[in-house]
Amino acid sequence: MSTHAVDIHAHDDDHGHHHKETFVTKYIFSQDHKMIAKQYLITGTLMGIIGVLMSIMFRIQIAWPEEPNVLFEALLGKWAPGGVMDADIYLALVTIHGTIMVFFVLTAGLSGTFSNLLIPLQIGARDMASGFLNMVSYWLFFLSSIIMLISLFVEAGPAAAGWTIYPPLSALPMAQGGSGMGMTLWLISMAIFIASSLLGSLNYIVTVINMRTKGMSMTRLPLTIWAFFVTAIIGVVSFPVLFAAALLLIMDRSFGTSFFLSDIFIQGEVLHYQGGSPVLFEHLFWFLGHPEVYIVILPAMGLVSEIMASNARKPIFGYRAMVASILAIAFLSTIVWGHHMFVSGMNPFLGSVFTFTTLLIAIPSAVKAFNWITTLWKGNLQMNPAMLFSIGFVSTFITGGLTGIILGDSALDINVHDTYFVIAHFHLVMGISAIYGMFAGVYHWYPKMFGRMLNKNLGYIHFWVTAICAYGVFFPMHFIGMAGLPRRYYTNSAFPLFDDLADVNIVITIFAIIGGIVQIVYLYNFFSSMFMGAKAVQNPWRSTTLEWTTPVKHIHGNWPGAIPHVYRWSYDYSKPGHDDDFVPQNVPLKEGEEELQH
Amino acid sequence: MDLTQGTFEEKNSRAKKMMLWFGIVSLIMSFAGWTSAFVVSSSREDWLSDFQLPNAFIVSTVLVLLSSVTFILAKKALEKNNRQLTTIWLFATLGLGIGFIANQFLGFQEIIDLGYNFTGPTSNVTMSYIYLIAMVHIAHVIVGLVCILVVIYNHFKQKYTADQMLGLELAATFWHFIDILWVYLFLFLYFVR
Repeated sequence: MSTHAVDIHAHDDDHGHHHKETFVTKYIFSQDHKMIAKQYLITGTLMGIIGVLMSIMFRIQIAWPEEPNVLFEALLGKWAPGGVMDADIYLALVTIHGTIMVFFVLTAGLSGTFSNLLIPLQIGARDMASGFLNMVSYWLFFLSSIIMLISLFVEAGPAAAGWTIYPPLSALPMAQGGSGMGMTLWLISMAIFIASSLLGSLNYIVTVINMRTKGMSMTRLPLTIWAFFVTAIIGVVSFPVLFAAALLLIMDRSFGTSFFLSDIFIQGEVLHYQGGSPVLFEHLFWFLGHPEVYIVILPAMGLVSEIMASNARKPIFGYRAMVASILAIAFLSTIVWGHHMFVSGMNPFLGSVFTFTTLLIAIPSAVKAFNWITTLWKGNLQMNPAMLFSIGFVSTFITGGLTGIILGDSALDINVHDTYFVIAHFHLVMGISAIYGMFAGVYHWYPKMFGRMLNKNLGYIHFWVTAICAYGVFFPMHFIGMAGLPRRYYTNSAFPLFDDLADVNIVITIFAIIGGIVQIVYLYNFFSSMFMGAKAVQNPWRSTTLEWTTPVKHIHGNWPGAIPHVYRWSYDYSKPGHDDDFVPQNVPLKEGEEELQH
Repeated sequence: MDLTQGTFEEKNSRAKKMMLWFGIVSLIMSFAGWTSAFVVSSSREDWLSDFQLPNAFIVSTVLVLLSSVTFILAKKALEKNNRQLTTIWLFATLGLGIGFIANQFLGFQEIIDLGYNFTGPTSNVTMSYIYLIAMVHIAHVIVGLVCILVVIYNHFKQKYTADQMLGLELAATFWHFIDILWVYLFLFLYFVR
């Protein structure tokens, strides 16, 4: 850890921004990537609490339909007369839960936190390419979060068309309660969110390409950086298409065009719309919507790869294959959107094309899963909470991925389309997996963020209860899905066919409640450790990457002296010929030492 | 090329230019969204396949192409340290940009005279798309005009020199993009029926 190479080019590190900081510039309108990362994490966490609370509420409704509940009466007010949840608010809760979790927690909360924290630190840069745009990106995200939360208090209710906002429910303000002001606020919020996400992504991309320290070639980058980099590229390519769809939708909603609407009667009256096609919206939406799930999962994959190598004390297995599979997944993600629309009346031939491209994704995904397992193989495993969540990630990713093969096949999908089978699939493969990746990242990089350690024992409790509850919730959903239970139904009591499944739903809900409650342990650990946690040392996990060469106390510009140069790849764990079982990237090669072929 | 080399300033200016290029990629993707929606919708029963693009659009295409030329001339003049000529060409670009927008609105008037409004019962989806795509493009031209105003302001403040004109270069790149984008949109709307 000793040999910092001295930078001979004095102006190489001339950052020139060492002006005095006030409370406002340090904690609120900060342009420092480390502070912005913390802002993203805490905002994302608060949104996550709201999202999880919503899911617990609608799970209670599914398990005990139309029964009075004090929780509903207290939280939902007029939406739960006498404590019985209203059907409209049920749909709204499902919609906003999906929106918050997918965009605000797993896109902004995950990418925003860890891309901001790790990109400059791991590539050896003083900050992002544009600190100002980075700050704007966070505050746009904050604004969009506030608008989304305000929409919960609209008199006619928040948006209730599902997070995919298909027209006509989203396009006709009179269609249902949430289609009016609630939907308008949803669209405004998402438009701002897209702007925030684009600014963030542009910054991540150009920072990775241009701001690397000397010696940090692309093949020496940690896999985290590769994942964030490719995620940002997917975001730049796919989010604008959602914006295009949203603008057409706004025209249909508010200005009377007929892009997506056709032959609509409301209460016997013919509206003037003619000839439009809601399926066009589905195409445009899913051109973003599918890449979006990789925007969610790729950063988690990167974090997990890094944490696994560090805690297995072994180089990551198949570095180049890992990078290649990230690129392959990113490419394939843009040509599979049709698999969300197999029942939309799509030409069966086109369906088979989308089936083919979809099943191709199994190959790079399997490459990654096997490489994680082979990284663990015969490793000197350090079982801390971050490692447990990483292994949990691989488990849920495989479990959820396997049902993807069924859903990606157009012939099989028709049988389980829009049932709980789909819910089980995507919650395991992208929801729970990405959350696990995020938890793993927080446990691993908390000392870097806050200078203190999280409590390990609370971390173990958090992991094991969460892991059991996650499977307890989503495993039974496969069975009720195959039995035909449709998603998004307010109550199933009207269908005697589903009476036998009522008990399964109660079990699921009990697991959901316990899984929700145990997150309090995590939140307590997270917030109390900021002030009371054990003081962190500079490199607590004995990792090789550059972020652990910075001082524990954050300084503007990251390194007090010159930026370290890089002489080796990021996975020199247990390398023969060295005293320690890790060799940081800034340690020059010994005489006669060869860099590992990677 | 090893991008890890160079001073902080070199890295930074490289990063800013690249950021604009990736931003342009995202703008291209949104226009790809609208034009592919246009293609998909062309199988509709109420699609107009024999519409005439307004003549004013041809004039505006010429104007926007000229404005790119004047911007290039402005940059060339600045490289030769001819400040006065730079000012003239920058204002010419600004004027041509405003002329472009004016002609687009004349084009909208021509469509309205044909009997097609943007929305409502008198609208037609083909024309709605043309209105929408042209309007969104105009929004980008307005951003480009604001950039040119900033460049003119900085130019009067003597901020640019022959070897230090990052702001002007970025504005020029964006302006050429808007120009090429309109030419593409014009040809697209002309040939795709």
